[in-house]
Amino acid sequence: MSESLSHAQRIEAGLARRYRAERRFRMYGIVAIAAAIGFLALLLTAIGFRGAGAFQQTEIALEITFDEALIKDNDWQGMVKASLGKAFPDVTGRRDKRNLYGLASSGAGFDLRAMVLADPALAGRTQTVWLPASDDVDMLMKGVIDRTLPEGDRRITDQEIAWIDALAAQNRIDLKFNTRFFTSGDSREPELAGILGALTGSLFSLFVCFILSFPLGVMAAVYLQEFAPKNIWTDIIEVNINNLAAVPSIVFGLLGLGILLNVMHLPRSASLVGGIVLALMTMPTVIIAGRAALQSVPPSIREAALGMGASPVQTVLHHVLPLAMPGMLTGAIIGMARALGESAPLLMIGMVAFVVDIPKTLTDASTALPVQIYLWADSPERAFSERTAAAIIVLLAFLITMNMVAIVMRKKFERKW
Amino acid sequence: MFKKTLSAVVLTGVFAAGAAEARDQIHIVGSSTVFPFATTVAEHFGKNTKFKTPVIESTGSGGGLKLFCAGKGEGTPDITNSSSGIKKSQLADCEKNGIANITAIKIGYDGIVVANAKNGPDFQITRKDIFLALAKDIPDGKGGYMANDNMTWADVREGLPAIKIEVLGPPPTSGTRDAFTELAMEGGCKTFDDIAALKKSDKKAYKALCHTVREDGAYVEAGENDNLIVQKLEANPNALGVFGFSYLDQNADKLKGANVDGVDPEFENIASGKYPVSRPLWFYVKNDHVDMVPGIREFLAEFTSDKAWGPEGYMAEKGLIPSPAEERAKFAKAAKELANNVRDDVK
Repeated sequence: MSESLSHAQRIEAGLARRYRAERRFRMYGIVAIAAAIGFLALLLTAIGFRGAGAFQQTEIALEITFDEALIKDNDWQGMVKASLGKAFPDVTGRRDKRNLYGLASSGAGFDLRAMVLADPALAGRTQTVWLPASDDVDMLMKGVIDRTLPEGDRRITDQEIAWIDALAAQNRIDLKFNTRFFTSGDSREPELAGILGALTGSLFSLFVCFILSFPLGVMAAVYLQEFAPKNIWTDIIEVNINNLAAVPSIVFGLLGLGILLNVMHLPRSASLVGGIVLALMTMPTVIIAGRAALQSVPPSIREAALGMGASPVQTVLHHVLPLAMPGMLTGAIIGMARALGESAPLLMIGMVAFVVDIPKTLTDASTALPVQIYLWADSPERAFSERTAAAIIVLLAFLITMNMVAIVMRKKFERKW
Repeated sequence: MFKKTLSAVVLTGVFAAGAAEARDQIHIVGSSTVFPFATTVAEHFGKNTKFKTPVIESTGSGGGLKLFCAGKGEGTPDITNSSSGIKKSQLADCEKNGIANITAIKIGYDGIVVANAKNGPDFQITRKDIFLALAKDIPDGKGGYMANDNMTWADVREGLPAIKIEVLGPPPTSGTRDAFTELAMEGGCKTFDDIAALKKSDKKAYKALCHTVREDGAYVEAGENDNLIVQKLEANPNALGVFGFSYLDQNADKLKGANVDGVDPEFENIASGKYPVSRPLWFYVKNDHVDMVPGIREFLAEFTSDKAWGPEGYMAEKGLIPSPAEERAKFAKAAKELANNVRDDVK
């Protein structure tokens, strides 16, 4: 009989249900976190597995004779061909020879050129050199091309597999660490393609982005927070800054195309222009984070400074700004991390391009990491798919480093009130 | 401190504007189909000469010509690649902006293949089948036209597999799509006598009928990324995909090309012109830029050399179908003389 229950008894009866609800609620939270971690782990392992292969590259050891006649003709690939021909003297047909020469990368000759340029005394000598194999051989060695398939279904013929096996039997073909991936620019040949050009482009863009957006953003935040009168104009500016932070990034690219390229005639595809566009995109984030950081400085600091006779500018520069700086830097780094991953605005200003030379100045043509990923993902050669994943790993490593710096800085300078 | 940084920034800007005056690097834009070939040439050129490697942007054929025709000078590209010949309207656009002196070079050919996964059914189709499967309106057999109601390939023609029509292909902005509608769909469309007659009487209606792709989900616009189409085909053996020959060539272990009009999409068949769905690839050079940007002459020489575009050349290895020898000789000569020949092949 419910009427006979006392108040306390009714609470008692409901208690178990309330505890259950509490536990259920916590469970939902844990499930949500577990799902998020699960997806992240899935993503990282998938990329890790696909990209790991790109950090190794098949190389072939060849007896290279640095023939003086060929050096004079600038025919470096000819030395590679001569050496392969000597290794398999019974290959005669024109087509067979072509296939045989195709085992080595078409860029192997450039390595020899670099060797001779570094040491002219090599001319006329014979030496064993490890040279990159072509992408198809590389894919076979890594098991991406299945050698059990019928011959017509794979890009490597039985004859080529026989040559590769013969080389393997002599320990003259092996997977080696792919240093080239970190030291060269883009290439049409997957085995020669590297990430350094895109990495440099990204660094240059971020440098320009930082030196533009950080001082401007900090000044804007300081003025709006500390000096601006409270009136309708500052309100309008504030609303606009908040809106600007949410504008899709491609719009900034269009702005860059319209103003920086068409009116100011800055060079197309340059990291300088990319940096300016990214700075425009990052600035609202810096301002918002900066204002929040300034707001968290207790008013007592300002009052004390003013009370001791400091001018408002001295108060801000000597006391408020140093205390707010860690928060501002964190905001700036998070904004830049977002800028690092952007490719849409760069499309409009011509940074989505094939650039082989590694940029040396801010006005040289360059790409950026996300752009390089996009370009490789679109290339027909199979070997580019693992390089795409490897480029993603490099981009993620870059991002994590930037975020770590943000965290370390905050921990180091942060003050609790 | 901020004052210094700010003035440094302004100085950088001024310096950059000054540096923009002299460009020493060839700038190329245009078709994503030609991109893999042009980049290969650019790389060889950059590594074998003292010139800088040209910068190549993949903007699509239409986008490339728009940039190319925007004007003369440092800020505009020197060369644009195109997977469909320049149109009258595009040329008029160029001329309006003072670019009248253009060399047109035919690079070679590219086959457009219709392919599906290795474990899917074999397709032996004709261009007429392609039209009947993918056009928005088809003849109703009584002299009029009706909305396309073919749901499976067996509806299109007796003997084709009884699976749902599902074709993944490029969007209308792509040169591949232009060529596909022009060569495959129109090729099938004009096999109907009354439509062929329509071409003479009402060209607009003829084009609308032959070039309009159905929008009820049978043709899926899969974006410009052909690798994505390849992956989707692997996952769905009942779907067909439309893309350039080089993607089929690189993925021969996963995909098979449909036989069109009795011809398999193979290198030799495309080169000999037997395969019906193939198109020429072009690039256009702004002759006025040749003495402004160093290396353009040498780049053209590299591009039109046999070791690049010949049957044994390095572009053939990337999947380009070389032109016949006399055509190569003709365009190599045009490149050497910087002939103002763009008007010879305008549609």
